[in-house]
Amino acid sequence: MAPVPPADPAPRPATPPSPPWWRDRRIVPWVVQAVVGLLVLLLIAFLLGNLIRNLTAAGLLLSWRWLQQPAGFDISESVIPFNAQLPYWRALAAGLVNTIRAVLVGLVGATLLGTLVGMASFSHNGLLRRLARVYVEVVRNIPLLLQLVFWYFVVFLTLPNGLAAIQLPGVVLAKSGLYIAGFGEGLRWMGPSLVNEVWQAPLRLSVEFGALLTGLIVYSGAFIAEVVRGGIAAVPKGQWEAASSLGLSWFATLRRIVLPQSLRVIVPGLNTQYISLAKNSSLAVAVGYTDLYSVAETTLNQTGRAVEVILVLLAAYLTLDLLISALMNGLNHLVQIRER
Amino acid sequence: MFRTRTRSLVVSLCAAGLLAGCAGDGGGVQSQKLSTITGRGKLICGVEGKLPGFSFVGPDGKYLGLDVDVCKAVAAAVLGDPEKVEYRDLNSSERFAALASGEVDLLSRNTTMTLSRDAAGGNGLSFAPTTFYDGQGVLVPVASGIKDLKGLAGKPICVESGTTTELNLADRMREQNIPYTPLKFQTSDQTFAAYLGDRCVAVTSDRSQLAGKRTSFPKPDDHTLLPVVMSKEPLTPATTNGDPAWADAVRWIVYGLMQAEESGITQANVDAKLAEAKANTNQADLRRFLGVEGDFGKQLGLPPDFVVKAVKAVGNYGEIFDRNVGPASALKLDRGLNRQWKDGGLIYSPPFR
Amino acid sequence: MNALLRRLRAELFATPADGALSVALIMLLSLGAFGFLRWALTQAQWAVVKVNSTLFAVGRYPIEQQWRLWLLTALLVAASGATWGLLRAHPRPDRTGVLWPRNDRLALVLLALIALALPSALGLTLAIQTRWWGLLLLLALCRWLAGRFGANLSSTGRRLAALVWPLLYLVGMVLISGGLGLVTVSPSEWGGLLLTLLASSFAILLCFPIGVLLALGRRSELPLLRWGSVLYIEFIRGAPLITLLFLGQNILGFLLPGGLAPERVWRAAWVLTFFAAAYLAEAVRSGLAAVPRGQLEAARSLGLSYPKALQHVVLPQALRVALPAMVGQFISLLQDTTLLSLIGLLELLGTARTVMANPAFLGRNGEVYLTLAVLFWGCCAALGLSSRALERRLDPHAVPSAT
Repeated sequence: MAPVPPADPAPRPATPPSPPWWRDRRIVPWVVQAVVGLLVLLLIAFLLGNLIRNLTAAGLLLSWRWLQQPAGFDISESVIPFNAQLPYWRALAAGLVNTIRAVLVGLVGATLLGTLVGMASFSHNGLLRRLARVYVEVVRNIPLLLQLVFWYFVVFLTLPNGLAAIQLPGVVLAKSGLYIAGFGEGLRWMGPSLVNEVWQAPLRLSVEFGALLTGLIVYSGAFIAEVVRGGIAAVPKGQWEAASSLGLSWFATLRRIVLPQSLRVIVPGLNTQYISLAKNSSLAVAVGYTDLYSVAETTLNQTGRAVEVILVLLAAYLTLDLLISALMNGLNHLVQIRER
Repeated sequence: MFRTRTRSLVVSLCAAGLLAGCAGDGGGVQSQKLSTITGRGKLICGVEGKLPGFSFVGPDGKYLGLDVDVCKAVAAAVLGDPEKVEYRDLNSSERFAALASGEVDLLSRNTTMTLSRDAAGGNGLSFAPTTFYDGQGVLVPVASGIKDLKGLAGKPICVESGTTTELNLADRMREQNIPYTPLKFQTSDQTFAAYLGDRCVAVTSDRSQLAGKRTSFPKPDDHTLLPVVMSKEPLTPATTNGDPAWADAVRWIVYGLMQAEESGITQANVDAKLAEAKANTNQADLRRFLGVEGDFGKQLGLPPDFVVKAVKAVGNYGEIFDRNVGPASALKLDRGLNRQWKDGGLIYSPPFR
Repeated sequence: MNALLRRLRAELFATPADGALSVALIMLLSLGAFGFLRWALTQAQWAVVKVNSTLFAVGRYPIEQQWRLWLLTALLVAASGATWGLLRAHPRPDRTGVLWPRNDRLALVLLALIALALPSALGLTLAIQTRWWGLLLLLALCRWLAGRFGANLSSTGRRLAALVWPLLYLVGMVLISGGLGLVTVSPSEWGGLLLTLLASSFAILLCFPIGVLLALGRRSELPLLRWGSVLYIEFIRGAPLITLLFLGQNILGFLLPGGLAPERVWRAAWVLTFFAAAYLAEAVRSGLAAVPRGQLEAARSLGLSYPKALQHVVLPQALRVALPAMVGQFISLLQDTTLLSLIGLLELLGTARTVMANPAFLGRNGEVYLTLAVLFWGCCAALGLSSRALERRLDPHAVPSAT
């Protein structure tokens, strides 16, 4: 580097001449904002104007009365009771509950699978380590929708039916679903039984639900495994060495020393994955599971209320995301290391 | 162009000012849609696209079927060329929005006419004459031994979501108090794939559709239609309430196809008939119908000889039926309710006068 | 040999528990592999893929116009070969230029195997097989020419050569959709891999500028811009893609004056673009956050205007940091195109579903989905690999100061 030449010795005037207004740093930002804001407002006004005009022409101006009318269609598996005479909002609620059910079970499953695979990628066993890698690389590079239809049409729909179903004590896996023993009417213990060529059991999961869950868990599991792996890798190597010098086994080291410390890196990453799992559950429509999106689509078709239905959908998913985010933020607060 | 732009700007400004009563200009006699179509030079027609006999893509990549022929007839009548049609495949849940938003000019997609779809307070459609009277049926494997709806108790039934079929199924089963599990799919492809994959013991849809699909099964004789008709399904082309003049034009083009059959005018003899009408001033009915006399075309905003053009393009209603779903097709459906009223059917065109 | 054994032992049989685990895993794996091979070789009927290979490739694109796609493929292959060669002719400053490094030779052999084996495996006619070989030769030729003589190219020449790609994109659009004297092929006739690649490349190209603007907006000091960007990004990221596609198909027609709404295919492509832009903005934002504030201040104090400082100082550094995340977004965008099948468009998965509706191929789900999975995996893995290669090339720490 050559020495910096001395600055121009000419004395500066005491007060610099004020710049022209288009370069004035007090004015320009406000002008920019005003212009952008005006453009956006005009665009919104233009779109809304068209919307109102087109909806008026089609006789579909915003109204929510249809929510009270009977839906007229049935839902095959609903956690809250539903039949065709109940109003649309009940149908949408049933769909939302179905979505939440899939998301909750999916979250637990994907977290378990992801954690196991993430841990496996630090195993001493080279084969296990590589398998974990292969799983992540394969699953992440294949579209979820493709995986879902694969699980449904190739795996679950080729299950045997009726008497040929896979029968284990208390559990039957057939083409129509998974049947699990439980307490039936009058709190009597009941196992799965074949009545009129149809399996019956207190606890029944349809194959549609099964396919959706499997797809979501396997897919999100791969992403969560990466998050967990990153978290574990962020824990200093010295922690491993210290633990093993204390005589702790590999698993105990991981469980008692490394994982707890890695949580503060893992939890924020999990938040993103959980939200995308919740959003991905809307792909249920491809495998015939009646989730919120599926009910909304049917509703749109019966009522023609496109704008209202999409508003309901967006509001529901945004709320779901916010809920997950709030919960995860709370959790994040808990796992952060409090330094004195 | 300029005028529409300023108007939309005015409307937008109205909306911006939250002026609620801004309903645009009232419906004039002149059809906006018709001038849009003639300006564009082609008709955009919404069809199912994968339904043998009604609308599907042939091996040469061209659309075929009864619903498609209605599109062609309208294109021929309006634009003078049956090939000036752009087809849009619509699934059952997006068809009404596509029509309402103006994405398609005409919906010719085995759509059942119902009160709520017609009513201004409902879907706000405007229906043309019914082109196919159908009923809902149930298809089951012969091996299942199921003979009636009661046999379906507690069993899964495949159905396409968002259809009247789905609603009728719910109604019929509730009436007879039969519990069942509806398995809903977005498209008819998936619905039938699940049925053939043995996921359901039955599939329900319009009888014509079941018959059409069954012909394409690997072993058609292994499946049988239950002898129940669960509903009336008048499959009808539709436009929107927003443009009555356009709806009228479509309505009378379709009536023209039906009247042509009644009057014995076919694709082959339409030119001869036209020459006859021109030569013989006593044939008042025929002269009016074929546009030699009177101004019916003008009243609808169509060319005077719109019927001639439509029939020349696709033939009369009977020919369309026979070619696509009747004896000359793979479906081999009986005319049944779709006979002319003179033969005891429901096809009846009001007089052209 | 001994070294190999020792390594195997350390990796698989270090402790008895490890050994048991390894044996169990090996048994499971071989069982799975055996079952799969038995299915693939004896039970699977691959005719469904062979017979419909054209449908999977281009959908219902008119046969008499398909020469345009072949021409486009040839142009793309030539451009790829030339680019590849140029990269080797101008190696990183720390590397000596080798015309055919080992990886390149390997890649060429792999491509040659694909070009020789795949067409005959698909049962394509000899005429089409020869076209594949021709494409391979073209690739090798362009690669060699550019590698051999590319070093003579001045830096302006290289910059101009990079312009070939956007130009090719425009040419490609004309070739695909028609116009300028070519017969128009409407978007409703595009399908299969063609539509998948077109939709994803369109969205990738356009989401990039929008995403960068959004990221800058989110970090802007102007409250209106900041909150506008935040609102947009969070809204889009909160909604499932399918609801947005649904919005595009069902509501866009209402939002625009009648008849102005674009074709369904374009509508979906725009929705994909605006969707991806929000995610890309977040990737770019993380890159921007990694650039020290001092960089902007230093650039400004040197007299650069704000846009100039962004363009020459901040963005290049930020984008380099954001590259892996951005490519991750592109990969998921490519995967997200499968959702177009849910709104009735016939991209790869949509084509697959119509093919399986054909009664002749009923129940051949396994064969078709497996083929699609391999295709997608290949495309995504290739994107990931090239991103890593690009990262290494751009890594400032790998370049010793050139004095």
